[in-house]
Amino acid sequence: MSMPVAQQPLVLGIESSCDETGVGIVRGTTLLTNTVSSSMEEHVRFGGVIPEIASRAHLDAFVPTLQESLHEAGVTLEEIDAIAVTSGPGLAGALMVGVCAAKALAVATGKPLYAINHLVAHVGVGLLDPRPGQDGKPDAGAAAGLGAGQLPENLGALLVSGGHTEILRIRSITEDVELLGSTIDDAAGEAYDKVARILGLGYPGGPAIDKLARQGNPKSIRFPRGLTQPKYMGTAEEKGPHRYDWSFSGLKTAVARCVEQFEARGEDVPVADIAAAFQEAVVDVITSKAILACKENGITDLLLGGGVAANSRLRELTGQRCTSAGIKLHVPPLDLCTDNGAMVAALGAQLIMAGVGPSGVEFAPDSSMPVTTVSVPA
Amino acid sequence: MLILAIDTSAVASAALISDDAMEGVVDSFATEDTRSHAEVLAPGIEKLLAGAGVTGADIDAIVTGVGPGPFTGLRSGIATARTLAFVWNKPLYGLMSLDAIALEVAESTAAAPEFLVATDARRKEVYWARYAVAQGQLPELLDGPHVGFASELPELPVFGAGAGLYADVLRADQEFSSKQPDAASLGQFALARLNAGQQLLDSTPLYLRESDAQVPGPRKRAL
Ligand SMILES: [Zn+2]
Repeated sequence: MSMPVAQQPLVLGIESSCDETGVGIVRGTTLLTNTVSSSMEEHVRFGGVIPEIASRAHLDAFVPTLQESLHEAGVTLEEIDAIAVTSGPGLAGALMVGVCAAKALAVATGKPLYAINHLVAHVGVGLLDPRPGQDGKPDAGAAAGLGAGQLPENLGALLVSGGHTEILRIRSITEDVELLGSTIDDAAGEAYDKVARILGLGYPGGPAIDKLARQGNPKSIRFPRGLTQPKYMGTAEEKGPHRYDWSFSGLKTAVARCVEQFEARGEDVPVADIAAAFQEAVVDVITSKAILACKENGITDLLLGGGVAANSRLRELTGQRCTSAGIKLHVPPLDLCTDNGAMVAALGAQLIMAGVGPSGVEFAPDSSMPVTTVSVPA
Repeated sequence: MLILAIDTSAVASAALISDDAMEGVVDSFATEDTRSHAEVLAPGIEKLLAGAGVTGADIDAIVTGVGPGPFTGLRSGIATARTLAFVWNKPLYGLMSLDAIALEVAESTAAAPEFLVATDARRKEVYWARYAVAQGQLPELLDGPHVGFASELPELPVFGAGAGLYADVLRADQEFSSKQPDAASLGQFALARLNAGQQLLDSTPLYLRESDAQVPGPRKRAL
């Protein structure tokens, strides 16, 4: 396979690491289309993403999503310069579908294929140009992204979703990404789903809790912030083992216990107060640790990504704390924060423009792909 | 007629099948292991095409095994076949994967008028189907495919790797005791049926089992 053209490459990106089948197309840093088919509805009755159901849905959604994205972008497969696909991290069976489809696409078209890191792609999407809004000016969400293809020098990324919770430092998006901290058990979005179930609020839990929390008093109950004890934190000079890491499983148990105590006393469960206090605990610990990691690692610009970026309290508190710490916050438009193919295409285009070679078709998907691997070398 | 056949219901395999080639098989490959489909399938197909000097434009139809088989592996072949068929704009057909072994049985000296084919379904179960074969005819599916315990199969000779695994409770045929479905046999079967004017399946996977998902019951006590 030959090297694709370096300037303004036309890249098709494929995403299937969780429950969204995404195909996106970019030209350099210009977004042409972002087509997503979600199997979320099929997971509702289970209260969480069921990997086998997600995988079955990816298989059936892939070709129609591909077809729609080509149509929306008004491009043909012959015109595409390269294909990019999420090869990890994510659900193994779900990744497998996108990777096999992407490889088949590469074999059938003869186009080079890039096997891409999903987490770094969440950052890559921030590099897309602001999209014109209704009035021709960039839309409000897009304007808040990094925009225009140039990364700030001291960039960090806080990624919060149903599948992951990480803080990254990005020295170069194509070759130098470092994981500063991550959840050691549940992802934040997963904790929302589990607590929503405990409170009888349905799935997905994030929007339900966010909405109800507005009517509750976040200070009425104090829930634990995981991994904040001195033995985990240490000091700036002598860092503890989990200084920038999170844990949400204890919080989930604390909520369940709290509900039971109200029930045992025969009292009405103050659902809105619990939702508000739970949300406050999650958002407080996420933002405080993220800001700490930024300050101690010289990060001056922070990108917020992942589906939980839609959470109003997370956006609010991250904004406040970034301002106090003198950190500039960037939030891409929400449809680009959730898992999608455009972010994979966007990172693929960055790799091509940086002269990085394709991955070939022999790589294996890796459900625990480290962020240090931005793309799989051939 | 040139067919590209793919089956990943057990091992990963692909084959180019043509009326013009000896025994119908232009070239084929199959892995031995059952867990590396995502890595080996696409490069294997690429080599197959290059080796035969053909491109997508030369292919008349794509055939994929639709299982039954372990889900993740099975999907890798179907995802590949569907994508190739879309890009090349070729007809796509499905064939039940156990048919591949049934055809080999029918063409062997071990064939009985009625027999079973069984493959490994993991979790101590087998995927199986029942076939009849008349002299010089293609095997005919009488029943199945099913998934179940080897001990519950009808009392007939059983062919395939699923029989080899449970030879203690089945009338397993020795010669076929490690036989897996492969794309070469599957493609031959497809070609024979297309030439006979018979219908094939579409590419819908035959999972036979629901996802393991359980609708959560009442909340568990944390105390
Ligand atoms: Zn994600």
